[in-house]
Amino acid sequence: MNVINNVRVAIRALRANMLRSSLTVLGIVIGVAAVVALLSIGRGATSNITEQVESMGTNLITISQGRSFRPGMGGASRSSSLMYKDYEAIQEKVEGINGISPYYSSQTQVSTTSRTTNYSVIGTLPAYLEVNNLEVETGRFITDTDNLERSRVVVIGQDVSDDLFEGLNPLGRTIKINNVSFEVIGVLASKGTSGIGSADSSVIIPIRTGYARIFGSMAVYNGNYTLSGITISAESKDFIDTIMYKVELVLRSQHKLGLNDDLGFTISSQEQMLSSLSDISNTMSAYLGAIAGISLLVGGIGIMNITLVSVTERTREIGLRKAVGAPQKAILFQFLVETMTLAVLGGVIGVILGSLIATIFTYLDLITAKVTFDVILLSFTSSALIGLFFGIYPAYQASKLKPIEALRYE
Amino acid sequence: MIEVKNVTKIYKVGDSEVHALDGVSLKIRDGEMVAIMGPSGSGKSTLMAILGCLDTPTSGDYLIDDKDTSKMKEDQLAHLRAHKVGFVFQQFNLLPRTSALENVMLPLTYDGTKAKERVERAKKALELVGLSDRLHHHPNQLSGGQQQRVAIARALVNEPSILLADEPTGNLDSKNGDEIMAIFQQLHREKHQTVVYVTHDMFIARHTERIIFLMDGKIVRDEAVKNPIKAGTKRPDEVLVNGNHNNNHKIIEVLQ
Repeated sequence: MNVINNVRVAIRALRANMLRSSLTVLGIVIGVAAVVALLSIGRGATSNITEQVESMGTNLITISQGRSFRPGMGGASRSSSLMYKDYEAIQEKVEGINGISPYYSSQTQVSTTSRTTNYSVIGTLPAYLEVNNLEVETGRFITDTDNLERSRVVVIGQDVSDDLFEGLNPLGRTIKINNVSFEVIGVLASKGTSGIGSADSSVIIPIRTGYARIFGSMAVYNGNYTLSGITISAESKDFIDTIMYKVELVLRSQHKLGLNDDLGFTISSQEQMLSSLSDISNTMSAYLGAIAGISLLVGGIGIMNITLVSVTERTREIGLRKAVGAPQKAILFQFLVETMTLAVLGGVIGVILGSLIATIFTYLDLITAKVTFDVILLSFTSSALIGLFFGIYPAYQASKLKPIEALRYE
Repeated sequence: MIEVKNVTKIYKVGDSEVHALDGVSLKIRDGEMVAIMGPSGSGKSTLMAILGCLDTPTSGDYLIDDKDTSKMKEDQLAHLRAHKVGFVFQQFNLLPRTSALENVMLPLTYDGTKAKERVERAKKALELVGLSDRLHHHPNQLSGGQQQRVAIARALVNEPSILLADEPTGNLDSKNGDEIMAIFQQLHREKHQTVVYVTHDMFIARHTERIIFLMDGKIVRDEAVKNPIKAGTKRPDEVLVNGNHNNNHKIIEVLQ
């Protein structure tokens, strides 16, 4: 009894009850399609997050205000402001640092003669470029000289350039930030990411220029300049923990905080961020997959149910097959092939349908789904296994029938 | 050759036991043509099921070609059913939605015969029963007699040592019944095929050379038929009228 012959017999038996078989297959189709679509969406989300975080650079440590980024909140938040002096202290005292870049950012009006938009204007130092893993597409980045001289120069991201100059070469042109004229000296290479804080929508000026002309009193606390954050790139991955620990000690001594006092800052590494983000999205994927798995399971029970009915209905056929010499395993195999045919057919259609749903979602920009081979393999294999698992019991029942009793079954 | 030695078969019905067969012994030599007769409940169908390896005796031995089947496992019995025994049922038992050719090929699919050979042998078997022109007809496109002939072809396709039939003409009119008898006699005459069938119709039984008469699970008579009826012979009126099993004793005497 070869396999092809068995599959043909199975298909004939299944076609004899076309509606019933189709509905059974539909149960598996829905289950598999749900698993494929939801896992693909989960995968898409995970890889999206990972890409965004990784594009920021490697071995990054960020220090930021622990409570609020908005200046002028007053009270507790002001008391733990991150200071420019903190940056100097960290740079002086903490070892293993590859690059360190303090920055102050503020939503500010940016305009050309024809357009006016609000951007987050970042005042920083030349190290910003390397620490944040950015590159200059045309022109140059800000330099120490620019900073010392408080030059009115600006480096803009790709989206900003497109917005303000609409395709014209921005180099050498003037933009007004808070009505102060700045010369565009460089444009950053696009990173392809979007959203708040993305390199493509940055407007970068020397930090001293910013303190002097743009940020105003908001950036001053007790006569000292404040910062929105400090970004540090470690020399190597191994140093990250030590650096984070030492940074905390420096900040505590700078702000005269005891070891048990609440540190008003957040010190986090990119790795931490990445792993907690991917933890979240993996958990999400697992939940989504599990929910979809339940419907696949229900589909499997449908297969078992219909096969049990089929075995009862075809008791005489089983008896006859045995009477002409079919051994038990041939009967077992015949019914297993039937359930597997249902499950595999459902699996194939389900994979196609699920991939289609995921692709349409991505195409419509609703959510980024990533249909990967392992997801397809996983859902297809589980549907086949479900066919096998839920098929074994009814098939075994059929194979155990006594020929004479099966033949006399009414 | 088949040999039944002191076979009993006991069914449990609720608390009571039914002795369907009670110490039956008989021998059927190769090439013999035998009818088994008896009233309802005499155990003839039980005996057929045991002869066909569809059932096993409660006690006693059943030997096919000197091999004892009484201790065999289910799959060994399946092997015997595939190779030694061909079984024809009263209700034909053909697979629906399946062509005559494929129905006949069925036993061969379980013994590893190659696809090409399966088709050839099935065609040959159908030719033997005169259905060469009905290879691709489905059972619902065939008459009762034709369906039974397909079933005979299926029983013959593995060239079994014995051909067993349980009331093969029971569901057929006399014309179709005649056709089946003609085929049995031809197989017996030309191929020396051992043929054993159950019937409660004396006229049909008289087409053989030997009639075994069962009653209450025991063989009560086992005797040769002096002048077997040739298939196609007109059924005598008296047999037609009195052809029920209650008068069978009398009829045997009348016909002899």
